[in-house]
Amino acid sequence: MAIRIETPLTEEKARALKSGDSVLLSGTVYTARDAAHKRIVEAMEAGKPLPFDPENAVVYYVGPTPAKPGQAIGSAGPTTSYRMDAYSPALIARGQRGMIGKGKRGPAVVEAIKQHGAVYFGAIGGAGALLSKCVRTAEVIAYDDLGAEAVRRLTVEDLPLTVVIDSEGNNLYETGREAYLAARQK
Amino acid sequence: MREIQASALTEVVKRLCIEANCHLPKDMQARITEARAGEDWPGACEILDRIIENYTIADERSVPICQDTGVACVFLEIGQDVHVSGSIADAVNEGVRQGYSEGYLRKSVVRDPLNRVNTGDNTPAMLYYDLVPGYAIRITVAPKGFGSENMSQLKMLKPSDGVEGAKEFIVRVVEEAGPNPCPPIVVGVGIGGTFDKCALLAKKALMRSTDERNPDPYYAALEAELLARINALGVGPQGFGGKTTALAVNIETAPTHIAGLPVAVNINCHVTRHKSEVL
Ligand code: SF4
Repeated sequence: MAIRIETPLTEEKARALKSGDSVLLSGTVYTARDAAHKRIVEAMEAGKPLPFDPENAVVYYVGPTPAKPGQAIGSAGPTTSYRMDAYSPALIARGQRGMIGKGKRGPAVVEAIKQHGAVYFGAIGGAGALLSKCVRTAEVIAYDDLGAEAVRRLTVEDLPLTVVIDSEGNNLYETGREAYLAARQK
Repeated sequence: MREIQASALTEVVKRLCIEANCHLPKDMQARITEARAGEDWPGACEILDRIIENYTIADERSVPICQDTGVACVFLEIGQDVHVSGSIADAVNEGVRQGYSEGYLRKSVVRDPLNRVNTGDNTPAMLYYDLVPGYAIRITVAPKGFGSENMSQLKMLKPSDGVEGAKEFIVRVVEEAGPNPCPPIVVGVGIGGTFDKCALLAKKALMRSTDERNPDPYYAALEAELLARINALGVGPQGFGGKTTALAVNIETAPTHIAGLPVAVNINCHVTRHKSEVL
């Protein structure tokens, strides 16, 4: 059974999630990929205003395809997260609570997740057409010049996610594989 | 000598860019449904169901299967008895420009690898030319996503490493990639040639339909063995555990130097796209 979660993602909600949980997320999420992360962190270091308030925010690592007429957004699946590893700890320290992507995270990100009670969600990589159906509205709010990499505010409804790394640092990429292999041994 | 206007290529490339990105090849659909039928791990079954739902939606609505509509790899097999008037590269790039714009595809190419400014129209294409006998041009467009491209590796093994060394390297590349390249994946392997040729063999291996095995029974058996070993890793769909880590292993080989054994592993995802047309 999937757990329904609404943004803002407070520390309390984040800490209740466990690695392996299926989640349906609704509310506001912000999109950012490599180039946008670089600018956000630079703005943070320079004390400049940020495109959105990181406090209890959920960031989706996605660069969607252009919307066709009548669509809120084009195909919108996750991109590989490790490229954001250099920037995530600083954002988590500023209160960002959730990350949505795919693939492994480095030790510094896992540490930040544990320290601040954050959570790393996996969305299905390569399922961009399916995931786009959960996006109700999309609006570019910063860095328009980055095209697909611009920061967007999305309103999502029942976005299907899996908790990969929970606030205790449990990691489904390790435990899922181990559990499968152990079951096969029997 | 047959005369073909370069501009004729534009129309074909444009159409192939759009179709390849929206309609998953039938062989890939068959591999994924077979994998679903053979999968016994509940989480893995659920993900494979969603992957099937996803390509079905894309197919029905003609929308991109994945938001990474890739860099356009364009393979041209040009008949020796064809003369093309005009610039082939310009015509192909115009096709990519039109296809990515009219098809609502993502523009994911930067002009310079270090200074990184988006070209805004997904050009230039990665162009590969082969001269072949005949009077025709065969055009293949393969949009290549970089989640999986980034997990690819090449190694110059020693002849003494032999087939065991090659197998070990290939399986290790897949294991290290883990969840990153959107498993279930397709593994393109090049063995032999030179450093550069080996990488190209691996890319070309990904252009072969997963319905076909290597015509050489030795390599067909090696493909099957590697697929079994990779699927025993337990990585599973999306890396959450399960039987289905890879859908196919395709190997291409070439003669090589007495001192070398190059092995390249080019990883592709469950959205392995390519479409061809003959002009
Ligand atoms: S690896 Fe493939 S399925 Fe995954 S995001 Fe890239 S193109 Fe899409």
